[in-house]
Amino acid sequence: MAVTFHIPTYLRAFTHGEARVDLDVVPGSVRDALRALYEAYPGIRDRVETELGEVRPHVNVFLGEESIRWLGGLDTPVGGATEISIVPAVSGG
Amino acid sequence: MPKTRHVSVGDGVLLLVGTMKGAFLVHADRSRKNWNVGGPYLAGEPIYAMAFDGRQGRRRLFAAGSNPVWGATLHTSDDFGRTWTNPENSPIRFPEGSGGALKQIWQVTLGRPGEDNVLYAGVEPAALFESRDAGTSWTLARALWDHPHRPRWEPGFGGLCLHTICPAPDDPGRILVAISSAGVYRTDDGGASWTTAHRGVRAEFRPDTYPEFGQCVHKIDGNAARPGRYFLQNHWGLYRTDDAGATWTDIADGVPSDFGFPVVCHPHDPDTAYIVPLESDNFRCTPEGKLRVYRTRNAGKSWQPFSKGLPQANAYETVLRDGMGVDALDPAGIYFGTRSGRLYASRDEGRSWKLLADGLPPIVCVKTAVIATTKPRKRATRRAQRRRRVHRA
Repeated sequence: MAVTFHIPTYLRAFTHGEARVDLDVVPGSVRDALRALYEAYPGIRDRVETELGEVRPHVNVFLGEESIRWLGGLDTPVGGATEISIVPAVSGG
Repeated sequence: MPKTRHVSVGDGVLLLVGTMKGAFLVHADRSRKNWNVGGPYLAGEPIYAMAFDGRQGRRRLFAAGSNPVWGATLHTSDDFGRTWTNPENSPIRFPEGSGGALKQIWQVTLGRPGEDNVLYAGVEPAALFESRDAGTSWTLARALWDHPHRPRWEPGFGGLCLHTICPAPDDPGRILVAISSAGVYRTDDGGASWTTAHRGVRAEFRPDTYPEFGQCVHKIDGNAARPGRYFLQNHWGLYRTDDAGATWTDIADGVPSDFGFPVVCHPHDPDTAYIVPLESDNFRCTPEGKLRVYRTRNAGKSWQPFSKGLPQANAYETVLRDGMGVDALDPAGIYFGTRSGRLYASRDEGRSWKLLADGLPPIVCVKTAVIATTKPRKRATRRAQRRRRVHRA
């Protein structure tokens, strides 16, 4: 089973420019999936999570088409082939 | 992304200008007549802190990026902005178990002369970090982080930040730091313990005007020529200490307002300091729509306004806490940037001003570096030769 990650422009500095990353992993949760992503591309972790392991407030993580904020957060279960998108919030001036 | 314009940095003065949308480098030779503006670097990132480290043969720029989405990190450049590091992990980070998460880097300060690999960083949430390897790795100053006051420190409008770091030039164990809005804290034992150092500084916004802590100190600056003396611009109040913060004296006589953000000391004269007063905390703009820099040359007994070259009508400007700097030349150059993106310079110690750049993003940081591209001995020799020639003539 593969998890496909969609990487925003800012984070492609840490994925060798790749907008899409496929990892052959079997995560139990979104947290597990992100851990696998961080292992493959270490620079992403600090940008997505704080030192406390919390997703930064203006970073949105989507499982399929739904934000994990409205699911079970990082503990949201992942089943079957999965697409995860990391999306910056549309905010700021 | 916008195209970055680079400047050729030779012998002269370099201004490190941090804005809400990236960094700029502004360079002139030692005459400081003609300036070139380079940037934007790290475009899009608020850059609240910058520093230049020219020690030990380094030519390293530090720029603290605070990306509103992706977090804060410390970038460096060893080629005057042509390339910047983008570290995978922020070199400044709270250790596991500390309960802290880095929000913003507010200050990067070099260690004392002789401590050539030491740097300090002040961050939000309010904490001090130290590097002993020229910025490669950083350690949390644990005793300040564990200070019993910290749970009751309240954030200022800009956040709960440690924004000012003053290593004492005459005492390797002493450092003063300023935190908004907690006040001034001092260590005399190299960071093993910290005590408040703001007696006499008022907190006008509180019911208890002189609390044990909770003062909203906006900026402190000192001068190595007179250790122990510092000037302080407070959230209401302008002060001086001659005993490293043990006691502070009100020196606001003769200024249109004692509210403001920056204060900078003259690089050679410990009696001279510069401020840009603002009208009030409700109206954080220059009074009467006039942009004026005030200077004292007698340690705060009196203040003199300077306005030549600065707009004196409809100039409702704001200069933030790190928006003012001085260079180390003689006569000293004074520089400041405004929230409206205007950058001004004076090469005659404040008497007259020139607009260097207009329309930059809001300026939050102006630091300076004197760049020497020829060996000091050679320059001294040339000066001596000139003097000899003049003498012979």
